[in-house]
Amino acid sequence: MADLSLPLAVPRHRGKTLRVLLTEPRVVLAGGFLALLLLVALFAPALAPKDPLEQDLMLGTLPPAWLEGAEPGFLLGTDDLGRDVLSRALYGTRIALTVAVTAAGLSALIGTALGLAAGWYGGWADRIISRMVDIWMAFPPVLLSVLLVAVLGSGLHSVIAAIVIIDWTRFCRVIRAETINQAGLDYVTAARAIGFSRRQILFKEILPNVAPVLAALISLEMGIAVIVEAILSFVGLSLSSDTPTWGGMIAQGRQMIHQGWWVLVVPLLALFATVLAFNQLGNGLRVALDPVMRR
Amino acid sequence: MSQPLLSIEALSAISTRDGGQPVLRDVDLTLKRGEVRGLVGESGAGKSTVAKAVLGILPSTVKLTGGWVRFEGQDLMQMKRAAFSALLGRDITLIPQDPQTALNPARSIEAQLTDGLRLKLGLSRTAARARALELMDEVQIRDPARVLAAYPHQLSGGMRQRILIAAAFAPEPKLVVADEPTTALDVTVQKEILRLIRRMQEAHGTAVIFVTHDLGVVAKICDSVTLLYAGKVIEDGPTARLLNALRHAYTRALLSAGPRYDRPDAGLEPVPEAVFAQLRAEIGLSQSNSEGPRS
Repeated sequence: MADLSLPLAVPRHRGKTLRVLLTEPRVVLAGGFLALLLLVALFAPALAPKDPLEQDLMLGTLPPAWLEGAEPGFLLGTDDLGRDVLSRALYGTRIALTVAVTAAGLSALIGTALGLAAGWYGGWADRIISRMVDIWMAFPPVLLSVLLVAVLGSGLHSVIAAIVIIDWTRFCRVIRAETINQAGLDYVTAARAIGFSRRQILFKEILPNVAPVLAALISLEMGIAVIVEAILSFVGLSLSSDTPTWGGMIAQGRQMIHQGWWVLVVPLLALFATVLAFNQLGNGLRVALDPVMRR
Repeated sequence: MSQPLLSIEALSAISTRDGGQPVLRDVDLTLKRGEVRGLVGESGAGKSTVAKAVLGILPSTVKLTGGWVRFEGQDLMQMKRAAFSALLGRDITLIPQDPQTALNPARSIEAQLTDGLRLKLGLSRTAARARALELMDEVQIRDPARVLAAYPHQLSGGMRQRILIAAAFAPEPKLVVADEPTTALDVTVQKEILRLIRRMQEAHGTAVIFVTHDLGVVAKICDSVTLLYAGKVIEDGPTARLLNALRHAYTRALLSAGPRYDRPDAGLEPVPEAVFAQLRAEIGLSQSNSEGPRS
């Protein structure tokens, strides 16, 4: 590092974290898409052209508007029960995002707390928590979630609980490693030499440095949560088949793939785009936050 | 005022890793108020260990086995944790070694510079800020308001070290422990930083323990020197006397081992093996152990 400084001019402060984030295209694109999705979820009743539950067997298996035989008003066609695919896909956003936010939030909370405790206090806390993580990771996650929901009973709460119970380990492992990493740096020693208590150092010094990694992890976890919810809906363990979920729609579409492919493809695309957006946002956050914090 | 500020008596420590290897052997050291003491030795000689013992931040791999560290007559080892924490950062502060990692990358300079002032002196946010601006002026930082708002990665190494010096002198401590504060810096910056520490020390009447492996640094700023080898004090006395009439063959050899700016073509003179052998015999080390224990 060339350092011929007598006091140099300080480069202009780059401003709030937000402005840094906006320079990362992945964050802007994926974040924008997800913000749009959130609006869709919130205003689904206003946006959906039809009632997602309304059946009309006379209008069953109608193709999307641009194909021959389409009925006006059913932009993406209907399923075999005559329910509007577009409306159901729009309503499906609600379940997907609810699960994504709560499941990722709760697993982040639990995993981060345990990860910080293990990484910072070490000793017995670390041994117990790390062994628990090892045991958890030995189970195949999808199978475990199916098993959990079967035990807890189906429904949204069980799905969220199952995801949290399985996925806190992702946060715990990474946060523990990052905490140990940060704890070895001189600024932590310096804080000890000021007479800060261990607790103060943990929350004031270490947590802010773990935050960028945590932000990226949460975003990735949201993508995973959406997939797991879809899997559980697909196997019929999430919500009753009436309720519009992407996983449920995919299951339904799979059975009538030869009569109406759109019933399968529309929720599949929604799922794909959402998970891709969460993953890209996560990767983007990691890149955007890192050089600022760590250079 | 005849009582020394700091007196270390017969301090001994072992490493918990290498089968109980001694790290410090009966180290004695007394420090008067306002005195600058150089603590010199090769890597692993135990100089940092002494400094860390004073600050109570020994790594878990080093265990004290005996001796006293008295600060103004109080035994630091026997003190209650809370009382010791209160003392740290107020009466005894640290200038860390590496300015790259000694500042928390996630917090602004203002937050870190005012930590000690607010926590230890109970200053309000505005009072602490005013004091911080004063201090930054004292350590010759131009445009202090802007630097306060900056984050560590936006500053040069020299600037960061100035900030750390300002932070160390901020609460008007009685003793500053400087742990090789110039080793991580560019040679051109080193001299300025040395002068700065000396000037701050004189202006505030602070005693300084200056840990270094560079006898040149000692000659520049220390009033007295303690030279360690393999955890044992082998020279101790006023700088002028020590450098002019070197008692010990090792010290002489160490001095001539450094590069000479007036004879750049001359090769470096390693410390002769015979000198090490003599040292080891004096300390009572076995012959096979050619290096001092690592701290």
